[in-house]
Amino acid sequence: MPHKKHTLLQEFLKGIWKENPILISLLGLCPALAVTVSAENGLAMGLAATFVVVSSSIIVSILRKIIPPQVRIASFIVIIATFVTIADRFLAAYYPDISSNLGPFIPLIIVNCMILGRQEAFASKNNILRSFLDAVGVGIGFTLVLVVLGGVREILGSGTIFGIEIMWSSFHPWAVMILPPGAFLALGLMIGASNWLNELGEKK
Amino acid sequence: MNKSLKMILVLTIITIISGSVLSYWDSFTKPIINEYKTNKLDKLILEILPEHNSIEELQLGEHNLYIAKQNEKKVGIAFKVEGGGYQDIIAMIVGVTPDFSKITALKILSQKETPGLGTKIVEDPSNENPFWFTEQFKNVQLEPEIVYVKNEKPSKDNEIQAITGATISSKAVVNILNTNIEKVKKMYNEKQ
Repeated sequence: MPHKKHTLLQEFLKGIWKENPILISLLGLCPALAVTVSAENGLAMGLAATFVVVSSSIIVSILRKIIPPQVRIASFIVIIATFVTIADRFLAAYYPDISSNLGPFIPLIIVNCMILGRQEAFASKNNILRSFLDAVGVGIGFTLVLVVLGGVREILGSGTIFGIEIMWSSFHPWAVMILPPGAFLALGLMIGASNWLNELGEKK
Repeated sequence: MNKSLKMILVLTIITIISGSVLSYWDSFTKPIINEYKTNKLDKLILEILPEHNSIEELQLGEHNLYIAKQNEKKVGIAFKVEGGGYQDIIAMIVGVTPDFSKITALKILSQKETPGLGTKIVEDPSNENPFWFTEQFKNVQLEPEIVYVKNEKPSKDNEIQAITGATISSKAVVNILNTNIEKVKKMYNEKQ
C-alpha cells in the first residue's frame, strides 16, 4: 500500500482535521455519542482517550519489530487495556466526580476502534516520533470534536456550558439534546458541516 | 527462534509487565479511592444527622445504623439504603426520627441514572433549587408509606413530587425508601 510520505507536521495535523477520527473516519462513535451530555464530560473523555492512544502508540511503535504478526492484535489490546486501567484508576482517585459521570465509558476505551485502529494502521508500521505525532494529532482531533459536541448539547439541553449558566432566564432547555437522539442530531449536523466545509475548500 | 515459541514468549512477557505495572498502580491509587469513599459516607452521615454530641453505631443485618444522641437522648438515626434504579443500583443515606415516623433528610450516595433526566434525583440544574428532589423528603411522613404524585404539588404529609421525565427514577427512590425503612424499622424495634 504505497502512500505518499507525510512531513512530520502533516503527520501531526492530519488527525485534527483531514483524517479526524470522528468527523471523517467515523471511529470511536460509541463514547462520542454516549458521554457528551456536557462539555466537561467530553473534555475528560477526550483527554483520557488521548492519554491512552499516545501511550499505546509509543509502546507499540517501540515493540513493532518484536511482536509477531500473528499475536499483534492480542498484544495491542493488552497494551491498550493497561493504559486504560491506569487512566481509569487515576480518575477514580483524583477526579471521583468525573469518574462517576463517565461510568463504564472509561473502561470501554479499551475496545474503542479509533485507538486499536491507530496501532494497527500506524504505530505498528512507523517509527516512534511519527507514531507519537500521529497519536497526539488524533487525540486532539477526538477531544476537540467531543468538547464541541458536548458543548452544543449542554448549551441547548441544559442551558449551561462547563456548568456555567449562559442562556437567558426564560430559555427552556431542550431535554432531547441530552438524550441519545440529541447526540445523533448534533453529531450528524457536525459531520454534515465538516463535509460542506471540505467541499468548499476543494472548489477554491 | 521457533515461531510459536516466540508468539507465546512475547505475549506472556507483555502480560506479565502489564500485570506488574497495574498491581503497582493499584496499590498506589486504592488507598486514595477508599479514603474518598469513606470520607464521602462520613460527611453525608454528619450532614444528615441533626445536632448531636455523640454517635452510636448499631449493626442490623446488612444495615449499619448511625444513632445520633444529644445528652443521652436519641435525636435521629441515619443509614444507607440501596436498590435497583432505572439502570443500576441507587444508593442513598436516609435520616429518620428515632421513632421512624418521618424522614429528616435524604442524600444520594451513588447512581447511574439517565444523564440529564434520572440524574435530576441528585441535582436538577434547570430548577432554581437544584436539590429540590431530595430536599422535599424532609419531614415526609412514613405512615403508611411514601407516595409520589405527578405534575402537581404534594398535598399530603406523605407525598412527594416525581421529577417530570424521570418518573421511573423518582419511583425507584420512593420504593427503595419504603421497603428498606420498613425492614430496618422492624429489626430495630425487635432489638429494643
